This record gives sequence, C-alpha cells and structure tokens, in this order.
Amino acid sequence: MTSTVTPAGSAAASSPSSGSAVRLRTPRRRHSPGRPRHSVLLTVLTGLVLLYSLVPLVWLAISATKTQEGLSRSFGLWFDGDFALWDNIAETFTYDDGVFTRWLLNTLLYVVAGAGGATFLAVLGGYALAKFDFPGRRAVFAVVIGAVAVPGTALAVPTFLMFSNMGLTNTPWAVIIPSLISPFGLYLMWVFAGEAIPAELMEAARIDGAGEVRTFFQVALPLLAPGIVTVSLFTMVATWNNYFLPLIMIKDPDWYPLTLGLNSWNAQAETAGGQPMFHLVVTGSLITIVPLIAAFLLLQKYWQSGLAAGSVKE
Amino acid sequence: MHKHPRRLLRGIGLVCALTLGATACGGSDDEGSAPKTVSESDVRAALKKGGSITVWAWEPTLKQVVADFEKEHPNVEVNLVNAGTGNDQYKALQNAMSAKKGVPDVAQVEYYAMGQYALTKQLTDLRGFGAGKLADQYSPGPWNGVKAGGEGVYGLPMDSGPMALFYNKEVFDKHRIDVPTTWDEYVDAARALKKADPKAYITNDVGDAGLTTSLLWQAGSRPYEVDGTEVGIDFSDRGAKTYTATWQKLIDEKLVAPVTSWSDDWYKGLGDGTIATLAIGAWMPANLASGVKDAAGDWRVAPLPQWQAGGRASAENGGSALTLPELGGDEALAYAFVEYANAGKGVDTRVKGGAFPATTEQLNSQAFQSTEFPYFGGQQANKIFAESAANVADDWSYLPYQVYANSIFNDTVGKAYVSGTKLAEGLKSWQDASVEYGNEQGFTVEK
Repeated sequence: MTSTVTPAGSAAASSPSSGSAVRLRTPRRRHSPGRPRHSVLLTVLTGLVLLYSLVPLVWLAISATKTQEGLSRSFGLWFDGDFALWDNIAETFTYDDGVFTRWLLNTLLYVVAGAGGATFLAVLGGYALAKFDFPGRRAVFAVVIGAVAVPGTALAVPTFLMFSNMGLTNTPWAVIIPSLISPFGLYLMWVFAGEAIPAELMEAARIDGAGEVRTFFQVALPLLAPGIVTVSLFTMVATWNNYFLPLIMIKDPDWYPLTLGLNSWNAQAETAGGQPMFHLVVTGSLITIVPLIAAFLLLQKYWQSGLAAGSVKE
Repeated sequence: MHKHPRRLLRGIGLVCALTLGATACGGSDDEGSAPKTVSESDVRAALKKGGSITVWAWEPTLKQVVADFEKEHPNVEVNLVNAGTGNDQYKALQNAMSAKKGVPDVAQVEYYAMGQYALTKQLTDLRGFGAGKLADQYSPGPWNGVKAGGEGVYGLPMDSGPMALFYNKEVFDKHRIDVPTTWDEYVDAARALKKADPKAYITNDVGDAGLTTSLLWQAGSRPYEVDGTEVGIDFSDRGAKTYTATWQKLIDEKLVAPVTSWSDDWYKGLGDGTIATLAIGAWMPANLASGVKDAAGDWRVAPLPQWQAGGRASAENGGSALTLPELGGDEALAYAFVEYANAGKGVDTRVKGGAFPATTEQLNSQAFQSTEFPYFGGQQANKIFAESAANVADDWSYLPYQVYANSIFNDTVGKAYVSGTKLAEGLKSWQDASVEYGNEQGFTVEK
C-alpha cells in the first residue's frame, strides 16, 4: 500500500516543541523560565528519527514530478530529466472524468462528519465522566479501556454484517457511523477534562447562576480547547487514512474515499487490458497527504499551552 | 452434482466461515429444482420495460459496451462497478453472497474461479436461457471454462488467453540468440542470454499459480479431476514431470528474474530488456502498449515453445466470463446485457478496444487476423494467437476451490524459488494442502 502514508509521525516530528509524539501539557505546570538544556546525543537521535520519517515524504515529493516512464528509469531519491509535476497534478484531477475530485470530497465528508462527530461525542462523554459522579462510572471506565484495546479491524466484519442487515452498506453512512466512536478519544478527553477544569471554577460558575449547559459551553469548553484539538487531529488522521472499513463497506467507486480510489488506480497495473498509472498514484498520494500536513501545522499551536494556566490559585 | 448435498452445504458454510466468520451463506439448498428458464421473448419484454442492473467487472473495454447498450435500450440503466480486480472482487462477492445483500446482477469471474461459484450453486445455470446453443460460437478453451467441469453453462466467455511467447527481438538480435521453439531451446536461450549479459533474464518468475497451471495444461498434465464433489489431485503424471524437469533447470541456474509480475520492477524490466520474454495470454499486447511504451517496436510474438519438437499444444492463461450470480436481481435484463457484451455487438467494440476475443467468428475473421500491431513492428500477431486458441486442449479442469488453492501456492510451490526445495516437492506439498482443505470442505478428495 503506497497510498496510506501516515504523516502523523513526520508532521509531529517536525513540530519544534515536541520530540516525537504529541504530548499534552498539563495546564497547571508553567514552563520554567530557566535556560533550556542541550544534549548532543538526544539532538542526534532526534535528527535520525526526523530523517527516517522524512525520507519517504521526500521520495513521494520527488516521485510526483516524474512521468510513468521516468519513475522506472531514474533513481528514487533524485529527479528525472523531465519535470512533470504540473502535468501529473492536472492529469490526476482530470483522469476518468475527474473522479479524483469526487474521492477528495468524499474523504472530506467522512472526515468532517465522522471525525467531527467523534470529537464532539468524545468531548461530551469525557467531560461528563470526569466531572460528574454517578453510579456505574467504574464500569464505563472498564468498558472504555477494553474498547481501546480492540483493534478496529477486528470489528470490521461484524460491523459489515450488521450494516448489511440494516441495508446501509454501499452508502456513506457505512463509513461515517462506525467512525463516530473513538474510545481512545473519549479516554483522552476524560483524563484531560479531569486535569484542565478546576472544580472551583465550575462551582464558581454554578454559584453565579449558570446552568449545566451554559457551564459546559462557556466555562469548560474553552478550557478543553487543547484537548479537543488533539482528539480531533487523532480522529481526523484515523478517518482520513481509513482503508479497511470502506474497503468492505463500499463497492461503488462514487463513494470511495481517497485511500480506496488510489488503490483502485494502483490495481490497474495488474489488470489485463489495464494501464499502469504509477505516476498518478504517487501524485494522488502526495495530494492526499497535503491537507493532513496543513492541519497539523495550523493546529499545533493550540496544544502548546493550557488555557487555564494561572486562572486559579492553588 | 447432487451426490452429497449435506456435506457440500456444510462445506459451503465453512468457506463462508473462513471468509466472513459467519455461516450465513448464499446458495440454495433446494435440490432438484429445475434450472431457471428465460425465453427470448422474456428478454425482449424486459428490455422494453427497462430497469437497472449492476455489473461488477474490472475489464476496461466494458465501459464503451455499457454506453452503447444504454444508447440502444434507453430504458435500461447499467451500473458498471469496478469492485476490485480478481481476488479483491471475489472477496467482495463472497461477502455479499454471505450477507445475501448487495449481490450484483452480473459479475465478472475468471475461468479458474468458475468452479468455486458454479459448484456451490451461486451462479445461475444459463442453459435455461438458451446459452447452450451458443457453444459453437466460442473457442474450446473458454467454453470449457464456463462449463466449470460440469454440464451447466455458468456464464458467457468474455475474453480468452491462448498463450504465446512475447519476446524482446532487440535483445535476441543483439546477442544473436535464436527464438526458442521448444522449452529445451528456451533453457538454452536463457543460458546464452545470461552469459551475454549477466543482468538480463529470459523471463521473471517468483512462483505464479496461473503460469504453472497453464504450463502443466500445455504439457499434457491433468492434475485435477472433478466429478461433482469427488475430486482427484495428482501432480505426478508424465506431463507434470516433463514440466518440473525443465523448469527446475531455470530455477537451479538462476535463469529467471526474481521479479513479481505486474510490479513496477516488472514493467521496468520489460522496458529495459532485462526481462526478455513472457509466456503469457494473448490479452497482453494492450498491457505492453500502455505500460511499456519505451520498448515499442522491440517486442514480437512467437508461438509458445513446445514440450515436444514439432508439437502444437497450447493452453489458456487468464481470461474471464460474465456470470449471473444466483442472488442477483433482474435475470432477463442481466442476460440481455451479457449476451450483448459477449455474443453480440459488444464483442467487436471490445476487440477494437484491445480485448482478446473468445468467439471463433472474430478469431477467424480476415480483419482480425490481418491486424498489424505497430507495437510489434507491424507484425500480424493475431494469426499466432488465433492458431494458439484453436490448439488448446479442452479437457482441462480446475478445482472447485481453485481460488483458495492458488492463494496457498506461494507458501508451498513458492518455496522452490527461494530455498533448496525442489519444484516437484513443492507441487507435492501444494497437492497435500489442497487435498486437506478439500476434505475439510466436504469434498471427497483422492490423491
């Protein structure tokens, strides 16, 4: 599979503040204004990891500038004689009556509806579990932790049968509905809400006469912003790169996400009478990861700091 | 067919359990129900009334056929879906059949996979539609394919793959090597080529079930015997010995390139002369022309090398039919489309688009045979292909679970390509694994 490139690792690695993975700062700990410490060994190791994550991206970017013939006659990490990037991009968007655009829009739909919904549900659930005491919380905790451990792939086939009986296969719902559930997102939000929202602040809001709904939207939500961004990035990447679920749910190319579409182009090379179009697969893959990288770069500042820092004296 | 309905059904359940982890499975268990019948007037009425059908196929020339068909029958909508190539589509088809929902009205199925669906009654027997009388219109290989080793007709042949030897003339001329006419000469040519250019190989092979079964077919081996649910598997007959003796030399002396077919390395090798020949089906020219543009004019076609000097034996490699899954919908409309595409006007459209026909009328037509291929330097390659098609023995059968068998080919025979295992031993372990699986599935399998 060349088309499911996960830029998460590389994008995170390229953010200056964090070493390798996204890290949530607990909002109560201020950054000490002391001199930052240097470590040659760590810098070298981080540099190696960075290189390791970037090489495939560099290969992809360089390969996208080559023609189908150029791909096989030139060295992978250097340019071929003719620079065909613009032609490739144009051909990617026009091939087969512009079906690529349709796939792009499908993917956006799945991400906005699926990942957006998953984030919203995770925030609601996480907040409630963290800030309200009710019977059965422990049971919920056990179920959620258990759900985190179950790989989504294992649930795909039972989900398929269930959806098939409901007559939902081959529709966008078959991808969106399972994407709405993100146990990991819920768990993350739960932990984060517990840390980020001081109980005193909620009490203050209640004493001032705010109802629960208003407390949630006007007091808690702004404090949860860094966590929300993190969860939405996770669910976004998961939905954007989702391959197996749509693979079994969707047979109509009109509803393919980019991952399946690119794979079907890749398969043309193995079809009697088909045409190998590796250059379009590569260019399409590059176009596919651009929005993800953009999302990471634009949203990374939000998890740099907790908003509640300093709002309450402890 | 009707010997062991219970066991067979249990087998089907198992197949499903394997593919889906569920035992809901398509396939009717009402024994002895008469085959469905649809008359020509039913078909005409259906076309007039209109409706929509879904066709699962990956064959590229069907797009044009669908457009023409819809133009001719404005009330009919044909929804052409590429649900994946080969195995990918079979998985999807099996899933849909198990869920009993979303099964297409028409599905493309390769000849080697026909038995898997025909024997489990998941494909409609088209004899009741009048397909039986079309027998004479097709060349022997593909017609044998749609009968799937039984009496029924489970689809109409779409294309065929009579084998030929595609060779890079440029490379052969450069090193002054003669084009081989027998497999022994082929081995000699491989040696000579290797000597002349250590980077060049006569062909690529990392173990390919389709190629192996086709070469066994040509060598006169008949490893599979199928009679209803009674199956025999034996890779030790004379034909098989002939094949392994020759092919073992190619493997032992490292004369075949360790490149997987259809990979980008493969296309690269076909373009730069490091893969000098291909023994493959007659549908290959379209792939060469679109995938190996750099080598246009270098390649030529020759008859498939023979196991006996002066012989004329050939075999099919690839090719597929359009079938009507039992759980699909509108049969009359589906059959109308299949007949149009594979026995009617659609055939010429598809040949124009580069497909290789399975119909004798096209194969023997003057226009077809005298077509000059610019890619092959103006050679009239269809003459060789048509000759090959006529020389395919029609008594070959595949297993009723060949799709599974082929999926374990690389774990068994594939070992001969990467370790000290001999090809004959590899075939033996493939046989054992296939026997075991067949017995588990409720077939009666004898070695």
